Amino acid sequence: MLYREAGQFKTSYAADQTVFPIAQDRWCVAAMILVAFVAVPLVASEYMLQAVLIPFLIFALAAIGLNLLTGYCGQLSLGTGGFMAVGGYMTYKLTTNFPDLNILIVFVLAGLCAALVGLVFGIPSLRIKGFYLAVATLAAQFFLGWMFNKVEWFYNYNSSGTITAPPRELLGITITGPNASAEVRYLVALAIVILFALAAKNLVRGRVGRAWMAIRDMDIAAEIIGIRPFQTKLLAFAISSFYCGVAGAMTVFLWLGSAETEAFDINQSFQILFMIIIGGLGSILGSFLGAAFIVITPVFLTNAPPMIGIDLPIDLQKHIEVMMFGSLIIFFLIVEPRGLARLWQIAKEKLRLWPFPY
Amino acid sequence: MLYDVFIAPFLDMVESPTFFVEVVVNGLLTGVMYSLVALGFVLIFKASGVFNFAQGVMVLFAALTLVGLIEHGAPIWLALILTVAVMVVLAYAIEWFMLRHLVNQEGIILFMATIGLSFVLQGLGETVWGSNVKMLDIGIPDTSFEVSGVLLNEFDLFAAASGAILVAVLAVFFHYTRIGRALRAVADDHQAALSVGIPLKTIWVIVWAVAGIVGLVAGIMWGAKSGVQFSLSLIALKALPVLMLGGFTSVPGAIIGGLIIGVGEKVAEIYWGPLFGGAIENWFAYVLALVFLLFRPQGLFGERIIERV
Amino acid sequence: MTQRSRPIGDTLLGVEGISLSFGGVNALSDISFEIKKNEILAIIGPNGAGKSSMLNVINGFYHPQEGTITFKNQVRRHMRPHVAAKQGIARTFQNIALFKGMSTLDNIMTGRLLRMRRNFLWQALYWGPALKEELEHRAAVERIIDFLEIQAIRKTPVGRLPYGLQKRVELGRALAAEPELLLLDEPMAGMNVEEKEDMCRFILDVNDEFGTTIALIEHDMGVVMDISDRVVVLDYGRKIADGTPEVVRANREVIDAYLGVSRD
Repeated sequence: MLYREAGQFKTSYAADQTVFPIAQDRWCVAAMILVAFVAVPLVASEYMLQAVLIPFLIFALAAIGLNLLTGYCGQLSLGTGGFMAVGGYMTYKLTTNFPDLNILIVFVLAGLCAALVGLVFGIPSLRIKGFYLAVATLAAQFFLGWMFNKVEWFYNYNSSGTITAPPRELLGITITGPNASAEVRYLVALAIVILFALAAKNLVRGRVGRAWMAIRDMDIAAEIIGIRPFQTKLLAFAISSFYCGVAGAMTVFLWLGSAETEAFDINQSFQILFMIIIGGLGSILGSFLGAAFIVITPVFLTNAPPMIGIDLPIDLQKHIEVMMFGSLIIFFLIVEPRGLARLWQIAKEKLRLWPFPY
Repeated sequence: MLYDVFIAPFLDMVESPTFFVEVVVNGLLTGVMYSLVALGFVLIFKASGVFNFAQGVMVLFAALTLVGLIEHGAPIWLALILTVAVMVVLAYAIEWFMLRHLVNQEGIILFMATIGLSFVLQGLGETVWGSNVKMLDIGIPDTSFEVSGVLLNEFDLFAAASGAILVAVLAVFFHYTRIGRALRAVADDHQAALSVGIPLKTIWVIVWAVAGIVGLVAGIMWGAKSGVQFSLSLIALKALPVLMLGGFTSVPGAIIGGLIIGVGEKVAEIYWGPLFGGAIENWFAYVLALVFLLFRPQGLFGERIIERV
Repeated sequence: MTQRSRPIGDTLLGVEGISLSFGGVNALSDISFEIKKNEILAIIGPNGAGKSSMLNVINGFYHPQEGTITFKNQVRRHMRPHVAAKQGIARTFQNIALFKGMSTLDNIMTGRLLRMRRNFLWQALYWGPALKEELEHRAAVERIIDFLEIQAIRKTPVGRLPYGLQKRVELGRALAAEPELLLLDEPMAGMNVEEKEDMCRFILDVNDEFGTTIALIEHDMGVVMDISDRVVVLDYGRKIADGTPEVVRANREVIDAYLGVSRD
C-alpha cells in the first residue's frame, strides 16, 4: 500500500521516461545517495571502506561496463580483466610522464586507451558469435596480460614489475598514494561511479540502448530495419571497455595502491561476469546488486565461522569457502536465472499490495 | 627487425631440419594431450548443449582421486575401477543437483553454472585429498630415444596412442549406436528430445560420466607427466582454443584442432618466442584460433549456423 | 472493391527476370512483375512457391543470381537490407521477428532508428538535442500505438504477448519507419475472424491515409479478394498469373495449382 503508483499521473512523455518514474523510488534513491555521501564516511571503519565499499564501487563500475556489452548488446566477453589492465597501466604511464595533469583527466584518457583496445578486439564480433566470441575475447585477456608483464616500458622498467600509484591531489586534497585517506578515496570513487552510472542509464534508455538490445535479441531483424550491426557492436565494445578501463584505473589508484598483472587476470574477468549474471543481465541496478553480492560473500564466508564459534585451520576454511561460493552460484542460477534485479522487481510488485494479500 | 620476424626463423628451420621435425613431433604429442581434454568438452556440448567449464577441474579431480586411492594402498587396477565409479557417481550428482533444474535455460546460464561447479569440485578435491603436488607413476618410463636423429619420448608416444584409441572408440560410439543418436538429439533441443521420449536424465548421466572418464585418461596422462596439482585444471583453458579451431561440436575437430594448436604453439615458442621475451605460449594458441575463426566462424568442423528469418 | 482516395500511380517497384537458387534448389525462376504506387498487391500461391523468398529478395536479404529490381527508378541487382530500409522499404515477417526482450513501445521505437541522428555522447547526457529527438519520436510512435489500438500493452515485454498482438506490434514497427513500400509476410496467419477484420482495417487505413504501397503474402482468399487491387500468383518459383482478383480467380492454371473449385 505504501508503494503504490496510483495517483501519480504522467502528463508528458518526458515524465514517463525519467529514470525513476515512481515518486517513492525517487525519494529512496535520493536518501541513499545522501547517506552514501554524508553518513558513510563518518561512520564506516577503515576496514569496511577499504575491503568492502571501495571495491564494491569499482566492481560495480566494471560490472556496468560488462553489462552494457554482454547484457544489453549480447556480446559475451571474457576479456574484462584485460581492459581493466589497460586502464590501470595506462593511467600509471600517463601520470608518471605528465605528473601535473589532473588525475581525473588521466583516468578518462586511460579509459579512452582501453576503449581503443576494446574496439580492436571487438572487430571479430562481426563474424564470430556466442561462445566462440567469448573464447576469442580470452585472446584479448591473455595477450594483454602477457604484454603488461613482459613489456617493461609499461611499468617504467622497475625490477618488480609492479605499478604503484604516486600521490596525486585534487583541489588540494591528496586522493591517491599511500597518504590518501580511505574516506577521501571512497568519496572520489562514489562520485565517479554515480556519474558514470547515470550516463550508462541514459545510453540504455535511448537510441543506442535500443539498437544494442535489438542486436542482442535478433540481429538479423535488426539489420533489416536499418540498424548497422558492426557499428553498433563496436560502439558497445568501445564504451564497455572505457568503463572497464576507468574501473581498472580506480583499482590501482583508489583502492589497491599498487598492482601487478595478477590483479587483472582471468579470475577477475570471471568475477565480473558472475556479478552481472547474478545481478541481472541487461540491468544497471543489477550490476550494483551483483557487485555487492560478489564482494560481500567472501568477506562474509571468511568472517562468519569464527563469529559463530567454529574455528577451522586456514587452508581448510579456504577450500570450504571456495566450495560454498560455487554452490551459492549454482543455487542462485537455479532459483533466479535472471538475477537479483529480477528478484527486486518481483519484490516491488509484492510491495504494491502489501500488507494486503491481493 | 623485420628480418628477425619474417626470415630468420624459417632459415633456422631449414638449417637444422631434424630439430624442426623434433619440435613438430613434440608439438603433435602435446597436441594429442590437448585433444583429450577438448574431447571431454565436445562430448558434453554435443550432447547437452552445455559448455562445461568444469572439464578442466574434472580432469584434476579424477587424477586426484586416483592418486589419493593409490596412496592409501589400493593396487592400480582397483584404484582405476574405483575412480571410474567415483566419476559415474559424480555424473549422477551433477545431474541431480544441477542439470535437472536448469533444463532449457540459456547457454550462458548453464556456462556460469559450470563455473560454479568447477569451484565446488576444486574445493572438494582439495578438502578430501589435500593440495600438495602428488606424483603419479603408471609404469611407463619417461625416457627418450632417437629415431633417425629425432628425439622422441616414450611416455609421450604412449599418451598419444592411448588418446588415439580413446577417440576411435568414442567416434564409433557416437555414430553407430542408438545412444549416440539420442545424444545428438538432446544437444539440439532439450524439450523436443523430451517430447519424443528420450530419457533426458539418463542421457545426461551417461554423457557426463563418459566425459569424466575421458577426463580421467587426460588426468592420468598429464598428471604422470607433470605431477597432479592445481595447475592441471588450467589445462582446460588451453583446450578452449582447440575447440575454437575445431568447432565446439566436432570430435574430429577436437583432435585436429588439438594437433594444430600443439604444433603451432611449440613452433611459435621455439622459433619466435625469444624475439618477444618468451612465454608467448600463453596467448599464441588463442590468437591463432582467433585468426582462424575470422575466416571460418564455426571452426573447422563445427556446424554452420544457418539463420532464417 | 474498395474505394480509393488516392489514384494508383506508376510503378514504384519492378522486378525483372529474378532467379534465385540455393545450391541447386531453384526458389525463384525468371519472375517479373510490378508494384504500382498506392496499390495493394497480394502475392499468393501454395506453400514453398517462393513467396517469402521473393520478399527477401526485394528487401535485400537474399541476393538473386539473375535479374534486377527497379525501385523508384533506380535499377539494382543487389541491395543490402539496411540500404533498402533507408530507401523506404519496411516489412514484417512470417515468424515474428520482434525483439523479445524489449517492450512494445521500445520495439516500435526501433523502427524510428533510421531517423535518429544524435550521436552517443549526446545520448549519454540525455538532455538538450538528444532528449528533444527522443520525445519527438516518442510522439510519433504513440500516434502509431493509438492507430493500432495497442495502448494497453505499451510497456509489456513483447515476448509475453499473444501471437495476434505480436503481429500487430510488428506491423507497428514497420509503420514507424514511415515506409513508401510495406511488405507484409502473412500478416493474418494464426488469427481469428475478429483479429483478421482488425488487421484488414489497419492495412486499408494505412494505404488510404498515408498512401503507403503494400505488397502482402496471404493465404486467406477472402481477404485477398476483398482488399487487394492486383494479385500475383506463384507456383514452384514461377509466376503463373498476374492481374485483378477477378481475373486471377477465374484463371485455369491458378485453380489447378492452388484455388481448387467448390463442389456443390
